[in-house]
Amino acid sequence: MDINTIGQLLSITLIFSTAYIFTALGGIFSERSGVVNIGLEGLMVAGAFAAAVASLYAEEAGMGGFTPWVGLIAGMLFGVLFSLIHAVASVTFKANQVVSGVVINFLAGGTTLYLVKLLFEGSGQTETIKEVFSKFKIPLLGDIPIIGQALFNTYPTTYIALILVFVQWYVLFRTPFGLRLRSVGEHPSAADTMGIKVLRMRYIGVLLSGALAGLGGATIALTTTSNFSHNTISGQGFIALAALIFGKWNPIGALGAALFFGFSQGALKNFLQLFDITKQIPSEFIYMMPYVLTIIVLVGAVGRAKAPSALGEPYDPGKR
Amino acid sequence: MNKFFRIFVKDSAVYPLVAILLGLIFGAIIMLIGGYNPIKAYSSLLQQIFGSSYDLGETIRAVTPLILTGLSVAFAFRSGLFNIGAEGQFMIGMTTATFIGIKLNLPFLLHAVVAMVGGAIAAGLWGAIAGYLKAKRGVNEVITTIMLNWTALYLSNYIVVTFLLEKGQQRTTMIHENASISSSLLIDLFGGARMHWGTVIALLASTVFYIILWKTKQGYELRAVGHNADAAQYAGMNVKRNIIKAMFISGVFAGLAGTFEVLGVFQYQTNAAASPGYGFDGIAVSLLGMNNPFGVVLAAILFGGLSYGAAGMSFGADVPPEIIRIVIGSIIFFVAAQGIVRWLLIPFYAKRKKEKVA
Repeated sequence: MDINTIGQLLSITLIFSTAYIFTALGGIFSERSGVVNIGLEGLMVAGAFAAAVASLYAEEAGMGGFTPWVGLIAGMLFGVLFSLIHAVASVTFKANQVVSGVVINFLAGGTTLYLVKLLFEGSGQTETIKEVFSKFKIPLLGDIPIIGQALFNTYPTTYIALILVFVQWYVLFRTPFGLRLRSVGEHPSAADTMGIKVLRMRYIGVLLSGALAGLGGATIALTTTSNFSHNTISGQGFIALAALIFGKWNPIGALGAALFFGFSQGALKNFLQLFDITKQIPSEFIYMMPYVLTIIVLVGAVGRAKAPSALGEPYDPGKR
Repeated sequence: MNKFFRIFVKDSAVYPLVAILLGLIFGAIIMLIGGYNPIKAYSSLLQQIFGSSYDLGETIRAVTPLILTGLSVAFAFRSGLFNIGAEGQFMIGMTTATFIGIKLNLPFLLHAVVAMVGGAIAAGLWGAIAGYLKAKRGVNEVITTIMLNWTALYLSNYIVVTFLLEKGQQRTTMIHENASISSSLLIDLFGGARMHWGTVIALLASTVFYIILWKTKQGYELRAVGHNADAAQYAGMNVKRNIIKAMFISGVFAGLAGTFEVLGVFQYQTNAAASPGYGFDGIAVSLLGMNNPFGVVLAAILFGGLSYGAAGMSFGADVPPEIIRIVIGSIIFFVAAQGIVRWLLIPFYAKRKKEKVA
């Protein structure tokens, strides 16, 4: 196996991981504030849809190279819009958070396909976006063997995702805002006593998750598929959810988990081909591997993942 | 009028009914915004469901798996667990039934029963994996069931492709006639709709659900664990074993739904790109049915009817059928966020109180 191939495998892994990183980071914001977010899948759908549609309009308006950036922002905003539903139901009206997440998945899937059919004359998918993101090579660093190829010659979205991991880590663990967010997820009534606005912090957590999951969905539409259809997002949100639990609600852990999923879904097949193993293992088992491995790792090596204590509990100030 | 209403509509049924109404209204608003005629759309939806005996039969066929996946999710819920894995349990039940239906050669009736029981047990065990990991290892069942859904999909495809494939097709060979539970009597009665005896079993299952949970000692334990695991533990119940049992039974319900799709409806199984979605819809059904077995049946009828009728909306009123997902989503939203419904109902209740004072 030569150096080039290793670089290539790493590069594929990173590109596949990007959407998982964004979405898992989003989930961390929400769950650290105490709100379960099963709706990540639906939020990604919303983001991918808005990104595709906005990009097509931007393209027509002659925005050229700015097109995918417009799409990215639109994806983020649409994600926020849908996460608002989750926030209203589960924070203000104290609905069961898992249920409210299921609602997001239902609504996002239905709404986006309904709108696609409305906008594209009955077709189940959008037209193809011509102006999508292309790889950007950072001078000098991009020439480093292996690492350069993987890390410094990739899509702008991947750079953003990697930077965000560390930004989020800093925000969560080194700023007063992060402390407040975490305290609301660990012990809301104690936080309330300290004068922290529990409900407001939870709203912020959920809306941030919408923005980031929207970004995750948008990334897929703007780098891999170049359009939006019913199967643009098919389970990535659930994988991202697994990634954040896998990563123990920590951005850096989530990065590791996202890379693991990116590898097993993107590069694993190529990796096995190098050793000529693909012929001996049926393809179904290769597809199955990331999910089975997740279970095994959750059970074994990682041990019990400790969730924020108040995760899933609506905050009711009258009940102590 | 009010009294008449209260006799027939128990208070606990008010919220779901209002939620359904709000969901339908919300769907109508979305249609109006999209430039469609909601009245035409809803009437062609009803036309599609009740238009002919064939359509009515196909609606019943579509409702059947939803009853069972709804019961599956509701049973887990009652035991304090969240089963997102009905989807995967459905697949495992289906594949096992197909395998038995094709590979074995048993006399009439016995073959069908073996295929059904085999599918149900396999699916139960599949569900019990998540229960076991939760009980013994503290792994969140939401995550394991999601992961098991995909595993079940690919495992099923592997079995279909490797052992059961019809030559040159992406589907299995037909199951033996002896394994079929489709009912020629009902098929004739409903103008050729794909009717089967599974519907009867699904209805019986809701009664079995009720009996297990509310009429047996075992059911009392399951509910106690669901209510407060610590208290149940203190009372000397084996919490871990109950969690595993609950997931097993939950899986059996979902698995039965899967076996009926093969043994009753299709008589074969395809190499699927995605799982069929009945498990996820089961979550919605269970919620709207308030996790009550008879509520689940009613909710399944509503959702199955809406989903089947959606096709009629696109023929009759040119409305994209996806609108039904929005309607269903908003119905669950209103059920889940009862506070909103309560808030909307305040004026009505206030009026009622005033009347009493006067």
